[in-house]
Amino acid sequence: MNKIKSLADLKKLQTEVQSKIKLREMGDHSETLIQIKVSMATCGIASGAKETMSHFIEELDHQGIDVIVTQTGCMGYCYAEPTIELTIPGQQPVVYGFVNKAKAQEIIEKHVKLNEMVDGIIPVNYSSIDN
Amino acid sequence: MEMINLTIDHKPVVVRKGTTVLKAASSIGIDIPTLCYMKLDDMNIENKPGGCRVCVVEVKGRRNLAPACCTEATEGMEISTHTIRVVNARRTVVELILSDHPADCLICAKSGNCELQDMAHHLGIRQIHYQGEQSMYREDTSPAIIREINKCIMCRRCETMCNDVQTVGVLSAVNRGFQAVVAPAFEMNLDHSVCTYCGQCVAVCPTGALTEVDETGAVIRALSDPKKTVVVQTAPAVRAALGEEFGMSAGTLVTGKMVAALRRLGFDYVFDTDFAADLTIMEEGTELLNRLSAYMAGDQNVKLPILTSCCPAWVKFFEHSFPELKDIPSTARSPQQMFGSIAKTYFADKIGVKRKNLVVVSIMPCLAKKYESSRPEFAVNGNPDVDYALTTRELAHLINLGNIEFKSLPNEEFDSPLGESTGAAVIFGTTGGVIEAAVRTAYEVFTGKPLPRVDFEELRGMEGLRKATIDFNGTPINIGIAHGLGNARKLLEDIQAGNSEFHAIEIMSCPGGCIGGGGQPYHHGDAEILKKRQRAIYSEDKNKTLRKSHENPYITKLYEEFLGAPLSEKAHHLLHTKYFDRS
Amino acid sequence: MADYNMHILVCGGTGCKASQSELIKSNFKTRLNEFGLSDEIQVIMTGCFGFCEKGPIVKILPDNTFYTQVTPEDVFEIVEEHVIKGRKVERLLYKDPESKEHIVDTKGMDFYKKQIRIALRNCGFINPENIEEYIGRDGYAALGTCLSEITPDEVIRMIKDSGLRGRGGGGFPTGLKWELTRKSVSDQKYVVCNADEGDPGAFMDRSILEGDPHSVLEAMAICGYCIGADKGLVYIRAEYPLAIERLKIAINQAREYGLLGNDILGTGFSFDVEIRYGAGAFVCGEETALIHSMEGKRGEPTVKPPFPAEKGYNGKPTNVNNVETFANIPVIINKGAEWFASIGTANSKGTKVFALAGKINNVGLIEVPMGITLREIIYDIGGGIKDGREFKAVQTGGPSGGCLTKSFLDTPIDYDNLVAAGSMMGSGGMIVLDDSDCMVAIAKFYLEFTLDESCGKCTPCRIGNKRLYEILEKITEGNGKVEDLNRLRMLSSVIKDTSLCGLGQTSPNPVLSTLDHFYDEYLSHVTSHKCIAGQCKALMHYSIDVDKCTGCTLCFRNCPVGAISGEKRASHYIDQSLCIKCGVCFAKCKFDAVLIA
Repeated sequence: MNKIKSLADLKKLQTEVQSKIKLREMGDHSETLIQIKVSMATCGIASGAKETMSHFIEELDHQGIDVIVTQTGCMGYCYAEPTIELTIPGQQPVVYGFVNKAKAQEIIEKHVKLNEMVDGIIPVNYSSIDN
Repeated sequence: MEMINLTIDHKPVVVRKGTTVLKAASSIGIDIPTLCYMKLDDMNIENKPGGCRVCVVEVKGRRNLAPACCTEATEGMEISTHTIRVVNARRTVVELILSDHPADCLICAKSGNCELQDMAHHLGIRQIHYQGEQSMYREDTSPAIIREINKCIMCRRCETMCNDVQTVGVLSAVNRGFQAVVAPAFEMNLDHSVCTYCGQCVAVCPTGALTEVDETGAVIRALSDPKKTVVVQTAPAVRAALGEEFGMSAGTLVTGKMVAALRRLGFDYVFDTDFAADLTIMEEGTELLNRLSAYMAGDQNVKLPILTSCCPAWVKFFEHSFPELKDIPSTARSPQQMFGSIAKTYFADKIGVKRKNLVVVSIMPCLAKKYESSRPEFAVNGNPDVDYALTTRELAHLINLGNIEFKSLPNEEFDSPLGESTGAAVIFGTTGGVIEAAVRTAYEVFTGKPLPRVDFEELRGMEGLRKATIDFNGTPINIGIAHGLGNARKLLEDIQAGNSEFHAIEIMSCPGGCIGGGGQPYHHGDAEILKKRQRAIYSEDKNKTLRKSHENPYITKLYEEFLGAPLSEKAHHLLHTKYFDRS
Repeated sequence: MADYNMHILVCGGTGCKASQSELIKSNFKTRLNEFGLSDEIQVIMTGCFGFCEKGPIVKILPDNTFYTQVTPEDVFEIVEEHVIKGRKVERLLYKDPESKEHIVDTKGMDFYKKQIRIALRNCGFINPENIEEYIGRDGYAALGTCLSEITPDEVIRMIKDSGLRGRGGGGFPTGLKWELTRKSVSDQKYVVCNADEGDPGAFMDRSILEGDPHSVLEAMAICGYCIGADKGLVYIRAEYPLAIERLKIAINQAREYGLLGNDILGTGFSFDVEIRYGAGAFVCGEETALIHSMEGKRGEPTVKPPFPAEKGYNGKPTNVNNVETFANIPVIINKGAEWFASIGTANSKGTKVFALAGKINNVGLIEVPMGITLREIIYDIGGGIKDGREFKAVQTGGPSGGCLTKSFLDTPIDYDNLVAAGSMMGSGGMIVLDDSDCMVAIAKFYLEFTLDESCGKCTPCRIGNKRLYEILEKITEGNGKVEDLNRLRMLSSVIKDTSLCGLGQTSPNPVLSTLDHFYDEYLSHVTSHKCIAGQCKALMHYSIDVDKCTGCTLCFRNCPVGAISGEKRASHYIDQSLCIKCGVCFAKCKFDAVLIA
């Protein structure tokens, strides 16, 4: 990565990144992928988020399903760790709580493969400021 | 200078910006009690952690009480120092300290000299409302210092002395909360640490948490043993301070009374360490001149500057912290050890007493002397050159035990021959004195001319680091002086870096030199006491007929009869030593 | 892909479950089955919506219809009207209390989400290990704008206008702090981020550093620009390895992208950040103690003044702010001081992150606007008290704070109101207590923490708190006297009045506030030797109800100290002199024959 040399450069990069994200969120052509974010703060990890995340990666890989699995920080639902957020392109993100291996498997089988929600959704109870 | 107007207990007061409330109050006669706070004026020594909270006062408009010792006066401040809120808080704080303090005042070494005891009395505390668990720590005994830290009140004065002033860094707060206490790292014993036994921690401890190893019992046993001949030597600084223990004002010289008291205590010979100080000058001065001459003759290997070696705490300090410089200090033993060595050889022979039956007791202003006398190199077949080193305070205890009314004693003279000395030896007791004594002799030997003036004012004073150039008849000799090991460290670091401009350096561990030693009567933070002792020392010098060590006829006689010449083989064997790497 | 064209979300939060949301779900399933719609419409049970006050909640996707207070019977109407005919059931829609209008779409219902995430804006949203995701969310734009377009004085003005106050506990105005440090003249200044989060139960700073480390770095650089510092230090406890790891990654990435280091964005401004580790001492959160710890000295506070703004790290002017405070800064620059100041109350602007814990259903990390009430936090966001027990108090401000009782449920939460109520904001721990919590024991618990964490420098904190603790111990062990209660109060006030630093000055708060609000509970401990909450073991008394006891011997076989005697099939007896009050007999008895008094 070259250093960002000016505010204009920074804004350019920002726009690039934003359009990439937008493409992912809004696009409904087949090449855009489902995204799964695993909440990986200390508390999430302590509740097994690492196992959950590796299960997602391994199982999706095993089944040959192309899904972007990334980590993120704390979503704030301490009572329901591990938590994940699943976004199907063109749809609103869905947060699941208590996602252990079994739940992850269920989410893969139903939500990822069939676009069928499963129990355990946590309604987002906050609004983040839009940047 | 910006001035600040404030009122304290409704009295208006004007002070300089930067003045503390404590100082502002004292300037108008309001004496706010303090416990942890300590300041040695003009000596750059101050302990104000603001920790004990005894000096709290009420500041109008402020939410909580303010510690007077570390709160700066500000414009328009309205201070109250004895409202019910303040008095209640102050008493509660002291009660809390007492609730975690052993109540063994009756048998405590510091009883009568304890600032906590005084404070409880001052505040009229008759009951401790808060009772509970007491801190329990193990006692730690070293060759010189006893730590009974159940009595520590966390004033941190010792820490300030050990870390900031001496830069030895042995004592610091360890543990947290109720378990917090001042101790060496890992709560190890002092004798496993790099402690120099300078005793400055003991000198400032407000309670009985830090005291000296008491050897008065052993001395009493020796005195009552008919087989033993007991010889005593007294260090120069003792005579300028001992009187304080008997209610005499600071700076009263009590040389004659001290001699009289020692005789009444039963010492067979009352001698003077000053005799050995003159001897030290002969040895150390000759060493200096030899090194100087070699240096001037172009010898590149000569070690300069030469450093004095009279102070045992300083010796231990460089052995721990600057072992690579151990060839630089003079090899001359300290006066205490020279005395012991001569007493147990020359003098023992003279009076026909076997070494094992001769007991040498020294009275020292110092705690490190206890340690020094126990160093194995200062013993012959396990028999030490100096058997017991008592502090000035211990001597006062002995005198009390002897039922001697000190103040009304007549003045008596030291015994001969080891009691004879010059003014040069007396000033060993203060910072600048050893080097002045050395200059007096070295000048005359080096130049072959008599000194135009004996008093070298440029070498005197209380500043921590001083320097002066003395003209040795056309040859400028640069002299450095440091007292306090922190100041010494600076000079040593210069030497290490090759930047030292000096030919000779005098180092004393204690602020003020031996007059401020760890074994002296407690000064309780009053620097004026040290200054008065210093003046007393110089006046004793002035009143002496002989003021240069090489003029001491008994020293001349000692060389003629016994040692030969300074730095002779015999002198080397008996009067010199070597240093060890203790890093 | 399944071709569900509609989802019905039924709230399965504790509150809603208690109001038969399970039945609502099964009614939906049955009804949809009857209409043959099971393959087209999916019914899902969700977690708490955080609107328990109006529960049970049913949400219908994709049109975002939000039904409140739904009963199992309402299901039929919803299916027939909404699902089949496409007509919303008006009476079940949420009615805006002011406009009295029905809100049709949750998109217009953000207000029900009591939380606004500013400091946590990116947590759980971006990958914290990828700087580009941060940049994509306006990251470093605030720094860029400041460096290129706004003078330091103007930035400070903005921070002052925003009304941002320190989120670490003290609540000192951040802009003012920056201004003081800016005014100090020195060749070197420092920006320090206080990440020594020490309040038991508080972990918002860790979450921010783990979820959005760049927001802190960016803010530190902005602060450096304002005060004239080119060096930043993050003081973080070594017990936060993941936060440290992410922070290190972030620092390296920022350097790589030229957002830290020399000549940032070609503006000539240079700033870099280093990490300093703390050993996890609570007192090192106090800024002077923190600075001493960073200098390699014993972590203990010194008297202020001098303030760090004049003499801080290495004797140089130093600006110390906490993680959460910093995390707010870029947003204030990007969205403006006015926007920020529009959130909150008169003297407390913006949001505050709280770690909601204790006897509450939805334990979590929440960010709420200043001025929200405890009731909203506990009952809406928190989903109410666990096991349907009764709310007793909330402990805020950690060991330095106090307890807020029922009477404060509707008090808007901000710095000043909390202090007025005898507690404090602190760093944002919020522990909910129910009727099974003994307030004397709670005070003792917090004091024990302070006792361990006191540095021991000043007398009142070192010894005073110990004595305070001992008195509380005496009371909970049933040996207290009425005089002890006065003694507690007096000693507490002296400790507050005379302690050196904030730790000691606030350490008696849990004692004082419980004494104020729950004096009766204290009194019953010392007069009738009873612990109403049944928590103080020493005050409990186990006995066996002769009528209920069947003589099954289960209790006496399990008693660890052999305090229970009796024959088979005859009533048992507990020897009080032997009983250690472990409660095993009570737990084992199948006939409720063991009584606790």
